[in-house]
Amino acid sequence: MGRGGEQRMVPRAEPRSYYGEPVLNGPVWKVPDVPAYLFLGGLAAGSSLLAAGADLTGRQVLSQRTKLAALAAISGSTIALVHDLGRPARFLNMLRTFKPTSPMSMGSWVLAAYGPAAGAAAASSVTGIAPRCGVAATAGAAALSPVLATYTAVLLANTAVPAWHEAHRELPYVFAGSGAAAAGGLAALLAPGEAGPARRLAAMGWAVEAAAVWRMERRLGSLATSYEQGRAGRWMRAGEVLAPAGVLATVLGRRRPALRVGGGAALMAASLCTRFGVFEAGRASAADPAQTVGPQRERLSAHSPT
Amino acid sequence: MAPYLSELPVGWLQPDGTPRRMGFFTDTSVCIGCKACEVACKQWNGVPDDGFTFTGYSYDNTVGLGADTWRHVAFIEQTAPAGDVRWLMSSDVCKHCTEAACLDVCPTGSLFRTDLGTVVVQEDICNGCGYCIPACPFGVIDQRTGDGRAWKCTLCHDRTSSGLEPACAQACPTDSIQFGPLDELRERAAARVDALHERGVGDARLYGASPDDGVGGAGAFFLLLDDPEVYGLPPDPVVTTRRLGAMWRRAAAAGAAMAAVVAVAFVGGG
Amino acid sequence: MAECHPVGFQWVMEAKAGGATVVHVDPRFTRTSAVADLHVPLRAGSDIALLGGIINHVLTEETWFHDYVVAYTNASFLLREDFRDTEDLDGLFSGFDPETATYDPDTWQYERDGDAEEPDPHSLGASGAHVDARPRRDETLQHPRCVLQVLKRHFARYTPALVEEVCGVPRDTFAELCRVVVENSERERTTAFCYAVGWTQHTVGAQYIRAAAILQTLLGNIGRPGGGILALRGHASIQGSTDIPTLYNLLPGYLPMPRAGEHDDLGSLVEAQALAKGHWGDARAYVVSLLKAWWGDAATPDNDFCFDHLPRLTGDHSTYQTVQEQLDGTCRGYFLLGENPAVGSANAKLQRLGMAALDWLVVRDLALIESATWWRDGPEIESGELRTEDIGTEVFFLPAAAHLEKDGTFTNTQRMLQWHHTAQEPEGDARSDLWFAYHLGRIIRDKLAGSTDEADRPLLDLTWDYPLHGPLDEPSAEAVLREIGGWDASGAPLASSLDLADDGSTACGCWIYAGVFADGVNQADRRRPGHEQSWVAPEWGWAWPANRRILYNRASADPDGRPWSERKALVWWDEELQRWTGHDVPDFPLGTPPGHEPGPDARGPSALAGDDAFTMQADGKAWLFAPTGLADGPLPAHFEPQDSPVRNAVHGPQRNPARVVRASAPDNRYQPSGDEAGSEVFPYVATTYRLTEHHTAGGMSRWLPYLSELQPEMFCEVSPALAAERGLENAGWATIVTARAAIEARVLVTDRIPSLTVAGRTLHQVGLPYHWGDQGLSTGDAANELAHLSLDPNVHIQEVKALACDVVAGRRPRGAARNELVREYQRRAGIDETTGLEDR
Ligand SMILES: Nc1nc2c(c(=O)[nH]1)N[C@H]1C(S)=C(S)[C@@H](COP(=O)(O)OP(=O)(O)OC[C@H]3O[C@@H](n4cnc5c(=O)[nH]c(N)nc54)[C@H](O)[C@@H]3O)O[C@H]1N2
Ligand SMILES: Nc1nc2c(c(=O)[nH]1)N[C@H]1C(S)=C(S)[C@@H](COP(=O)(O)OP(=O)(O)OC[C@H]3O[C@@H](n4cnc5c(=O)[nH]c(N)nc54)[C@H](O)[C@@H]3O)O[C@H]1N2
Ligand code: SF4
Ligand code: SF4
Ligand code: SF4
Ligand code: SF4
Ligand code: SF4
Ligand SMILES: [Mo]
Repeated sequence: MGRGGEQRMVPRAEPRSYYGEPVLNGPVWKVPDVPAYLFLGGLAAGSSLLAAGADLTGRQVLSQRTKLAALAAISGSTIALVHDLGRPARFLNMLRTFKPTSPMSMGSWVLAAYGPAAGAAAASSVTGIAPRCGVAATAGAAALSPVLATYTAVLLANTAVPAWHEAHRELPYVFAGSGAAAAGGLAALLAPGEAGPARRLAAMGWAVEAAAVWRMERRLGSLATSYEQGRAGRWMRAGEVLAPAGVLATVLGRRRPALRVGGGAALMAASLCTRFGVFEAGRASAADPAQTVGPQRERLSAHSPT
Repeated sequence: MAPYLSELPVGWLQPDGTPRRMGFFTDTSVCIGCKACEVACKQWNGVPDDGFTFTGYSYDNTVGLGADTWRHVAFIEQTAPAGDVRWLMSSDVCKHCTEAACLDVCPTGSLFRTDLGTVVVQEDICNGCGYCIPACPFGVIDQRTGDGRAWKCTLCHDRTSSGLEPACAQACPTDSIQFGPLDELRERAAARVDALHERGVGDARLYGASPDDGVGGAGAFFLLLDDPEVYGLPPDPVVTTRRLGAMWRRAAAAGAAMAAVVAVAFVGGG
Repeated sequence: MAECHPVGFQWVMEAKAGGATVVHVDPRFTRTSAVADLHVPLRAGSDIALLGGIINHVLTEETWFHDYVVAYTNASFLLREDFRDTEDLDGLFSGFDPETATYDPDTWQYERDGDAEEPDPHSLGASGAHVDARPRRDETLQHPRCVLQVLKRHFARYTPALVEEVCGVPRDTFAELCRVVVENSERERTTAFCYAVGWTQHTVGAQYIRAAAILQTLLGNIGRPGGGILALRGHASIQGSTDIPTLYNLLPGYLPMPRAGEHDDLGSLVEAQALAKGHWGDARAYVVSLLKAWWGDAATPDNDFCFDHLPRLTGDHSTYQTVQEQLDGTCRGYFLLGENPAVGSANAKLQRLGMAALDWLVVRDLALIESATWWRDGPEIESGELRTEDIGTEVFFLPAAAHLEKDGTFTNTQRMLQWHHTAQEPEGDARSDLWFAYHLGRIIRDKLAGSTDEADRPLLDLTWDYPLHGPLDEPSAEAVLREIGGWDASGAPLASSLDLADDGSTACGCWIYAGVFADGVNQADRRRPGHEQSWVAPEWGWAWPANRRILYNRASADPDGRPWSERKALVWWDEELQRWTGHDVPDFPLGTPPGHEPGPDARGPSALAGDDAFTMQADGKAWLFAPTGLADGPLPAHFEPQDSPVRNAVHGPQRNPARVVRASAPDNRYQPSGDEAGSEVFPYVATTYRLTEHHTAGGMSRWLPYLSELQPEMFCEVSPALAAERGLENAGWATIVTARAAIEARVLVTDRIPSLTVAGRTLHQVGLPYHWGDQGLSTGDAANELAHLSLDPNVHIQEVKALACDVVAGRRPRGAARNELVREYQRRAGIDETTGLEDR
């Protein structure tokens, strides 16, 4: 004998879900487009900052190579973004509005401003034309670089995806550090003669990233599993191995070109792995109803004991 | 004042002639799972089918809200230790949040809020950036494969903006779906919960009705007979942009740190 | 009801909100159970035992509505001395002829006063047939042969213990059920029973309904607001297609089709219908007016109003009999206008084999349904039993216009006609059925024009003059409704059937619909909102007869004409006006006072006594005991379904002795049942049913993406216990086998299909939606492959609600191996052409 819609029927088994189906619709961004876009943005930012430093400290080679690197990176980043959108025209819709509540809107404007600057800086340094503009462009690009490197962290954190949203404190440091390390590694192999700052940047960038990731995983608690397990876990571990190895190689690579090249490549690869890891962690987190429901339940019972 | 306002029923307007905020109260305690709402929505809005797969999830073969399912009827079978069966049915829909994450994060302005307080995507402006999708704390809006753009319930913008009831509400035989001015619906819902509690249905509770919740109150709220997560709903959703300020500050700090690190890197030779 | 009548179910939900208690009796926990206050799961095919139990409870606890029963039922009538009950003859009533397996109802008659005329109980017209109008009665209800006492003895064995044993309904649940029904049946309150095919598709289907009728009559729930037995109808206008029948044995308005030999002239047919008492007394006027509507001026008193133009019945011509005749080669051509028997009819294979034996087949439908494509890729083509090149049938497919593409009426469950307007013109070659019928008739008449052959007169004399309109020459549906509603000599529309004359001065296409065009207004097209009129809402659509919303509503007032209670007032006798009045149209001669006693010679409506509330009955009373009209007994008795794993615990015979069986053809083998050897091979009870998401045989749903995605595949519903027993996995595959066929289905394991304890052992049931076939967007095996042809003897409905079967994990074999599996089962169960016919 059954009764329609009356008293509670089943004992609670936390956290409950609807046939294990996700509560959220996960990120639909394409792979590798978006991880690449994240990585290249950071690489460009790091490179532009190095370029500015190089100009100020009179390191011509480093300056020119990093400017070219920045231009290449940001071009690649933009291409990746447009490819994800499907049609170039669609990127223009981004500039219909200026919307502080949308990191993607902000990012688009940053891209729109940084891209030309990076381009002008590179062009003038290669051709020697309009040096004053070159200086201004270099300064502009450098000024925008910190945002360029970190807005993508806000972009991810500003979603309902638990593993991203709850990591909003550390993600910017992860991305900033990762970008700096990659840029350092690249510069070290592009301008071996003037690579001191680059090598030091690589080392410090890695330190910042590693520290941020360590802190993030501690603070995420149960949500950290999405960074530690599965595909995401493999990417993150790869990054964690590659980065220190890259730093070591770059430092020891001073007089050994092979090591130097390997080091730079490793550092960039590490940075790319981190972005893939973070991205995949988000997808896994969104797909797991427990990650959405669990923390919200805890929050509720914290407020009102049931 | 938009010209169409003249077409709206007086009941939809405030004394000053501007529209009241309209929304849904879905009372799942009278839902019979007929899915008329799901079909009427597709019929009216020309939404494509969502594929033909047998899931084994009770009588639910469309699984959840997405680009091709804007109304979704969930079926939950529960058995008490005593053997008594109960079958929960609930018609889910976009919540038309007061603080709508999808709308906040949309970089193109494709998502906008109508005069009736509903949240609508403009398909001619959406560029398929996909940002709204992971931003929605309820997993409502989604990307249509092949098309790339984002789709969701428009609260029948074309109907409501000319004074017509949304298709799903009109099709619902038991008035499980009630459309009307939000403030009135909230009063009616509160009374309904009290009535059910008196009849011994202790499990009855409102979901999304409170303006103090994480999304500032849903424009489409529900009367549920079990925890929200049982229906695939988040128990305590919070609009992601609530922390946006803090996020930007962290980003700025991290950016500054990066610049500083670079500066330090130039201390010394090589 | 929520599953299949979701729109009508809104009123149940409203009643529930108003405090009504909703009970759902169903083997499965459905959408209806989900919102019901009480769900009573029972074994499919056992409802007579359950209802008998409630009747027994009501009789022994003396909770029946005394004043109502004494005044308005035949409880006090005395039966003949030679009547024998199932109690006396172990499951048989007196009058059974084992040779023909039919009953002679002579001995079921009332005991007659000496002078009363001899009634003829054999004519089974819809008029409920003849019985004595003024039999002997015992108002004290004490006489051992009075109906009430016979009833008490007959139902005495339906105890709670028996109910538990037969139905698998625990005693506490049964007690709760009785309590709810009884507490809601008195002066202040009424109980309504809603049923549909869960109650009819059994070899004892009609007796299910009789059992409910007896209970409702005892409780005084007939003719009163909120009471009644509501037959929830099927296709949107299936009620209309019984009123103006697509049935072979009826003329419009439930007049019988004349039988060769029996009804050789108008007189003999009318004689068979004109009851001594009540509305049927005017049968002659109904028949004559019908003949005038069809043959107009050609119909004159001299030629018996063209009575001889009517075809005559030579026997059983029901659909299943017709299939037999197709197989025998006597039926050579077939029209399928909106039917998909290759999926929807019992033993679908026989249906297809029958069509494969035809010369020609015409299918008019919305989609290329299985009944139009079986010759190309039906199951027999897959199994190799048929080869397309060998099939001689010429198949014509004509696209049909749907209800949105034409004007017309729907007659719903409430006998209410509602007009619908063309929303859009049909596309392409699609045409309405009215267009098809009219133009086909027109062309044939043109071809026959000038013919002198007498046989062509019926066609040539027809009034075939409906106005045409639009680019497609669509006949006017309103003109047809006008003819149905009737007109007098001056051509003025009739107000009601009371205006019908038997002298040929009136024409009326269906006497019960008389008045649907009263005042020249299409009454069916009225849409005044409920809040603008009384709660009876007489101005929404039009209900037959005479726009009456509740039949026999005289019974809503007590014998003195006063409402039983203010709360339940519907119609009453107004002392001032000296006439019947009320919220609804009174179902009684308006001027006949409550205490009226008719004179000895009075006939027809004027022969009704003041308390003869059941105006269509020959004796004016509600029948607790049916002295005639039923082919399988005057009282319901429980028999097991044709194929059942359970032994009949109530009577000797396992199955309904009077059921109609098809002399078991190779493709229609029956199974051993109960304790017969081999019955263990088919241990489970399958029941077939509908899903809200699909419509019947699928022509209106499996071709639509928005419906198909909601239930994309054929599936079966099983309990976790059965799943464990047979190793079935949720969302996996299962094969279901009977002596007829093996089908496959996806598996839905659910607690909503309870395993019951029947006759002391656990009994598992299997739920099978019957919507699928091999065509359309959503495909699957048809449940009807499993079904046999064993029919209710009264209405010839197939028994598809309770079938013994076996279930195994995995998909079914393909090709010839599929039939081999079935033959293997037949061997194991020792089945031959005599199986299942034992008690016959
Ligand atoms: N959505 C939808 N609506 C429809 C239809 C449709 O196909 N789809 N078809 C229309 C038509 S043609 C008709 S006739 C009606 C039919 O309407 P219903 O009769 O409601 O339809 P069914 O589902 O065939 O049977 C009803 C119930 O009977 C139960 N049942 C089976 N055996 C027994 C039994 O022995 N005793 C009892 N008490 N219950 C039993 C089944 O479990 C099922 O839940 O629906 C009409 N409405
Ligand atoms: N196992 C099992 N078998 C059953 C039943 C069961 O419960 N279980 N139920 C039985 C019952 S109650 C019924 S009613 C039958 C139904 O069985 P069928 O009547 O054979 O099945 P339908 O699919 O209703 O067929 C109706 C067809 O009419 C078409 N149609 C719709 N509108 C129109 C129109 O205006 N004109 C024309 N020409 N065609 C139109 C539709 O496309 C559809 O193909 O099934 C019976 N068989
Ligand atoms: S529910 Fe999601 S999609 Fe709907 S308004 Fe809220 S955030 Fe936007
Ligand atoms: S996908 Fe379309 S609607 Fe969604 S955020 Fe991007 S532009 Fe706006
Ligand atoms: S309001 Fe309109 S769009 Fe939204 S679910 Fe209902 S029918 Fe669909
Ligand atoms: S239409 Fe109404 S009753 Fe039917 S499923 Fe939708 S909400 Fe439930
Ligand atoms: S389909 Fe038509 S008949 Fe069936 S419930 Fe809906 S409205 Fe009523
Ligand atoms: Mo039916």
